[in-house]
Amino acid sequence: MEKPVVVMTNPMSEYLEHELSTQFTLLKLWTHSSKPKFFKQNSNLIKAVVGDTNCGADAEMIESLPRLEIVASYSVGLDKIDLEKCREKGVRVTNTPDVLTDDVADLAIGLIMAVLRRVAASDGFVRSGKWKGGDFQLATKFSGKSVGIVGLGRIGSAIAKRAEAFRCPISYHSRSQKPHTDCKYYSNIIDLATNCQILVVACALTEETRHIVNRKVIDALGPNGILINIGRGAHIDEPELVSALLEGRLAGAGLDVYENEPEVPEQLLGLDNVVLLPHVGSDTEETSKAMADLVIRNLEAYFGNKPLLTPVL
Amino acid sequence: MKQKSMDQQDDVPLVFVHRPPSFHFPFKDRLSTHFNLLDPLDSPDSTHFVRRHANSIRVLLCVDPTPISSDLLDLLPNLQLIVGSSVGVDHLDLSDCRRRGIAITNSGVAFSEDVADLAVGLLIDVLRGISAAARFVRSGFWAKTGDYPLGFKLGGKRIGIVGLGNIGSQVAKRLEAFGCIISYNSRRKKPSVPFAYYANIYDLAVNSDVLMVCCALTEETHHIVNKEVMAALGKEGVIINVGRGALIDEKEMVRFLVRGEIGGVGLDVFENEPDVPKELFQLDNVVLSPHSAVATPECFDALEELIIFNLKAFFSHEPLRSLVELE
Repeated sequence: MEKPVVVMTNPMSEYLEHELSTQFTLLKLWTHSSKPKFFKQNSNLIKAVVGDTNCGADAEMIESLPRLEIVASYSVGLDKIDLEKCREKGVRVTNTPDVLTDDVADLAIGLIMAVLRRVAASDGFVRSGKWKGGDFQLATKFSGKSVGIVGLGRIGSAIAKRAEAFRCPISYHSRSQKPHTDCKYYSNIIDLATNCQILVVACALTEETRHIVNRKVIDALGPNGILINIGRGAHIDEPELVSALLEGRLAGAGLDVYENEPEVPEQLLGLDNVVLLPHVGSDTEETSKAMADLVIRNLEAYFGNKPLLTPVL
Repeated sequence: MKQKSMDQQDDVPLVFVHRPPSFHFPFKDRLSTHFNLLDPLDSPDSTHFVRRHANSIRVLLCVDPTPISSDLLDLLPNLQLIVGSSVGVDHLDLSDCRRRGIAITNSGVAFSEDVADLAVGLLIDVLRGISAAARFVRSGFWAKTGDYPLGFKLGGKRIGIVGLGNIGSQVAKRLEAFGCIISYNSRRKKPSVPFAYYANIYDLAVNSDVLMVCCALTEETHHIVNKEVMAALGKEGVIINVGRGALIDEKEMVRFLVRGEIGGVGLDVFENEPDVPKELFQLDNVVLSPHSAVATPECFDALEELIIFNLKAFFSHEPLRSLVELE
């Protein structure tokens, strides 16, 4: 029997490419200069798409692949997949939850430290030889500071667990209150921002959460507030964030995601109270492999007529 | 200088201030409202100044870890207490103080959380390359060359804490929440602690992925992290030092890093601050901090409270907090 044809949208993992090639006929979308042409030529063959946070499966792609049966995302976020279209066409969808929860939560805390304790800026200070000329400026203590989490799902809960070990009082905003937690709930994100010093965005990107952190929320967080985003760039009104930082209306920000990756707002590059990372939330050797294995096992299960491991649809 | 007397005391609360010449002493004003501060560096002839007041001085405030010489102690025959402003006391001759009947207080737990926070922050930075990735973005490489190289997961790592005192315990508490496995080496095993104990640091290193150096600097712990310990930790091992620079054989550590024989280091302290080995500046698996573990306003406030408490307690003959054990 011929190996099913799978198209990978981006070079997300060499390990994944290699493994997929052994069991499937693997096509690499990024190597083709004209995507529409590529889809047209292969429209009758492609049964599976493996997407990532930059390129998933949008309506146009799904429409051009009549034989598409499954989209396996190398991510937990589903914002680059047109779920409605998949539902309409009966296309299965899987993602990679749980295996990356710890890494993303760790990074959130790392970003808080990088901004609040100025770990990143002081590293630059020492490297530039400036320490000989005098001490670096004061940072701000992390332990005991109030942390507000937007979205108390798997990742948000993992962040809360870590911050609690630093004696941080935790509050959160979610679509609905969660029964299994003692953390204080705010049904309104403005109230959350008003009542915390460190605001962490950890929810899924949907139509409702697009620009959930807007000017009003930034104002409520205030000039002593720190904003951390390990969700999606589109969670934050980026131009509003940039003005707030340039005008000193926010004490600092730690960002791993942006509205138009890999573009990063240039005006932020020179600010030492802002730490900008290149979307590395789950980028560790261990987790990348675990994510790839989950994609492979989901595809194996599908084509082996077995239940999917982490189905979304 | 004002002569100020306090109610219910029969002695004038004189406090001798011993500080480095250039250091801006942040809570001098607040202390001056409670005590009569004698600072020889404020006087044009400091030696003469000290001799004039010598016999009345019973307490000395040591600002910053400024070394106190035997000669200075000779000049203060009635000194009973040194109030320190750091947790480290390696700048004092403890046995000399014990011989002279001088008690010492340090900053106790005032700093423990801040130091532990920084230790964890440095560890996450080294494993995940936060400072290095931020440099990558700042220099425009993300758009030009593509993704940043992968880092390493913190969860599940075996953390070996060198010195399970106040700071080490706070580090352990934090890293447990990240899913790390904690073990430690200390002078003595701690009976009520659930973590695995290793009687020597070499065995700790053999069984760990990360060493968090949080112990006091003494004669025994000088270069406690040496070549053998680093080799035992292994090629992917990570060392975080928030204790004192001299706890690690710095020259050897640099060799290990340059040869790629150790995974990475995060350092807040160095053997000869503010000098930092230049080889470290080229390395992305190294995170450097300018001895700023306690550089937060919250630390200074806590320290100020503690110092005022101890000075008042001393003059009221009440028990002191954070007395250092002089063995």
